[in-house]
Amino acid sequence: MKHASGDKRFKILEAHIKKFQGRQDALIEVLHRAQELFGFLEDDLLLFVAYKLKLPASRVYGVATFYHYFILKPQGAHTCVVCTGTACYVRGADKVLAAVEAKSRIKAGETTADNEFSLLTARCLGACGIAPTVVYDGVITPHQTPESAVARVNEWLPHDH
Amino acid sequence: MIIDDLDAIAEAERSSGKKIVIRCCMAAGCMSSHSEAVKTALEKVILDSGLSDRIEVRGVGCMRLCCQGPLVGIDPEGVIYEKVTPEDAPALVISTQGGEAKVKKGDPNHPFFTKQLSVVLANSGLIDPERIESYIAVDGYRALHAVLREMTPNDVVESAIKSGLRGRGGAGYSTGLKWATVAKTPGIQKYVVCNADEGDPGAFMDRSVLESDPHSVLEGMAIAAYAVGANQGYIYVRAEYPLAIKRLQIAIKQARQTGLLGSGIFESPFNFTIDIRIGAGAYVCGEETALMASIEGRRGTPRPRPPFPAESGLWGCPTLINNVETFANIPSIIRKGAEWFASIGTGLSKGTKVFALAGKIENTGLIEVPMGTPLRQIVEEMGGGAPGGAKIKAVQTGGPSGGCIPASELDTPVDYESLTRLGSIMGSGGMIVMDESTRMPEIARFFMEFCMDESCGKCVPCRTGTVQMHRLLDKIVKREASAEDLAKLEELCDMVARTSLCGLGQNAPNPILSTLRFFRNEYLELLQPLPDGKHAAAPAPNANAT
Repeated sequence: MKHASGDKRFKILEAHIKKFQGRQDALIEVLHRAQELFGFLEDDLLLFVAYKLKLPASRVYGVATFYHYFILKPQGAHTCVVCTGTACYVRGADKVLAAVEAKSRIKAGETTADNEFSLLTARCLGACGIAPTVVYDGVITPHQTPESAVARVNEWLPHDH
Repeated sequence: MIIDDLDAIAEAERSSGKKIVIRCCMAAGCMSSHSEAVKTALEKVILDSGLSDRIEVRGVGCMRLCCQGPLVGIDPEGVIYEKVTPEDAPALVISTQGGEAKVKKGDPNHPFFTKQLSVVLANSGLIDPERIESYIAVDGYRALHAVLREMTPNDVVESAIKSGLRGRGGAGYSTGLKWATVAKTPGIQKYVVCNADEGDPGAFMDRSVLESDPHSVLEGMAIAAYAVGANQGYIYVRAEYPLAIKRLQIAIKQARQTGLLGSGIFESPFNFTIDIRIGAGAYVCGEETALMASIEGRRGTPRPRPPFPAESGLWGCPTLINNVETFANIPSIIRKGAEWFASIGTGLSKGTKVFALAGKIENTGLIEVPMGTPLRQIVEEMGGGAPGGAKIKAVQTGGPSGGCIPASELDTPVDYESLTRLGSIMGSGGMIVMDESTRMPEIARFFMEFCMDESCGKCVPCRTGTVQMHRLLDKIVKREASAEDLAKLEELCDMVARTSLCGLGQNAPNPILSTLRFFRNEYLELLQPLPDGKHAAAPAPNANAT
C-alpha cells in the first residue's frame, strides 16, 4: 500500500521497515527514522507505522509518548537545547536557561508563535567537561554564559519593531 | 581469519607508522570545540610542506583533560598542546622539526596524568577508533583468539570470577558470578547485552570508551558470549550520543568484514553478531529489565525480579547484561591474567575505575585510577581543587541515585563499600564537585525533579512519591516549609526507598538522605519560624552528621 499523500518520505520509511523484515521489535528504530524524515511524529505517521508493523495503534502511540526523544508536535525552524545535567547545573545552566526564557518569552519545551524558535532542555549530553553546554541547531557549544546564549539566539527571535 | 592474519594486520599497521605522530582528540568534547578543523588544518600544512612521509596526523579518542580542549599530542616527545586552534597548525608542525610552538603546552607530569592507571582507557587517545587495524596493532582481538582456541567457556568464567571484576554500571555485582549463572542456565538461544544507556547526568565515561576504543567493548562482548554460550549481542546506546553510535557502527562493520564477528570466528565453531539498539531518551531504560523491554520495542518499564535476566531475559531467553566499562575490562583480563587484575585495587574492589570529573573543579575530564584511591587525591591533587581557590564543599557520586560526600570525608578511599557506607554509591562513575556556592537543598531538589520526570509511572511509590518529595523540597527551598514538612519528607524518603519497584525509585531518596545527613543545618535554616518568632525546633541531627 502506498501512502495516500504520495509523499516520497513514506516510501523511504517503508524501505527502512523492510530492512528490519517488518519485525515488531524494531518499532523504536522505525520511529527514530520516521522522526528523522518528518521532523516530528504526527498521528497519521504513527498510524502508518502501526499498519506496516502490524501493531495496534495504541502500542505505537504508547511507545512514542513514553520516550522523551520522540516529538509529537512540530518544532521551530531553529532549536536551542540547554543541557541541565548536574555538571552544567552546578556551573550555572539554570541561569543560562532563565536568560533565554526571559529573552524569548517562552518556557522550556515551547515554540515561539511564529514557529521560528523552540527552546528545549536536555538531561545530560555527556559533555560535562565543557559545561555548561548548549546545543544550537544541533551544534553543541561549550562554556556558555547567560550573555553568550542570549546573543546567540537573539537573531532567531521575533523582533517587535 | 587465523592468528597469522591478525599478526599480518598488526605488523602492516606498525611498519606503516611514521616517525612523528600528531594525535588530535576526536571525542565529542573536543569536537564541539572544533578539533576537526584543527585536524584538517594540520593535514593541510603537512601536505603543503611536503612532510607527509614523516608525519602522520591521527584522529584519536579522548585525551582526558576535556576542559582544555581541543587537545593535540605530539609523539614521540609526548608533548600535549591545549586549546589548539586551526591557526596554530603551522606552529605545531614547525615544532616537530625542532622549532618552538607558541601554543599553550600542557604538563604531562601533572598529577592529573601521572596518578592515572589505564586499563580501560589504555588505548584511549592513542589509537584511531575508526580503524580496526589501529586496535589490532595494540594486541586487539588477541584475547578473543586466546579464548576461542585455548580456553573452554568454563575457563573463561573462572578467569572472570578470579579477577574479582565487579559490574561497573553501579551495583557492583560480581561479573564472573553473573556469567556463571547465564552459562549454567539451559537454553538454545542466549543473548549478551551491553548497557550503554549512560543516563546519569554528569557521567560520560561510557561515551568516551565507545568513542575512543569501541573494539575493546566488542571484543569483551564476544568473549562473554563465548563464556555463556550466546550467539547474538545487542548494544543499547543512548540517542544523545550520536558520535558513539557512529563509531560503534563503523567498528561492527569493520569487525564483520575482518571476520572477527560473524560465523566461525578464528575458524572455531563460535558465531557471534552484534546489533545496535538506539535508546530514545528514557533514563529508566538503564535499569536492566526496562532496557530489555526497550530492545524488544516496547515502553521501557521495569518488571519485578526474579526472574533475573540471567534466567529469563530478552524474549524469555537467558541474557547477560553488563555495562560498557565492564566489557572493556575483559580483553585486558584475558591477555594479562586474572591475577594481574586482582592485584590492582582493594580487598573487595578490584581493578581500576574510570571517573568523569566535572562541576566546580579546575581540571574537568576523564580519569582512571585504581580502586581505593582516596577521594582527596582525585579532586585536590588530580582535579586541582575548585577554580579560583574556592573551597570544595562536597563531591557528588552516583548521579540521581547517589549522594553527596562532604569535604570532611574526602580521605575516604573510593571503593564500592566505602561509598555505600557514606550513603552514596559508586554508580557508573560520574563525580561532580561542588564548592561553597552550592546549596544542598537545591541540589536535592534538582535531583528529585530529575527522578520525578524520569519515573516511568508503573509503580505508585515512585510515581507519586517523587512528586510529593519534590513539592516538599520546593517548599523548603522557597522558605515556606515547617519542621513538620521536613519530618514528612524524611518519612516519605523511607517509604519510597522501601516500596518502589526498581532502582530508580528505591534510590531516588538518596540525594535527600545524604544531604540531610551531612548538611542538615542548611535545611533547618530554611524552615519557617514558628508563630512566636522562634526558629522551628527541628529533630536532632543524625549522629553521623559532621
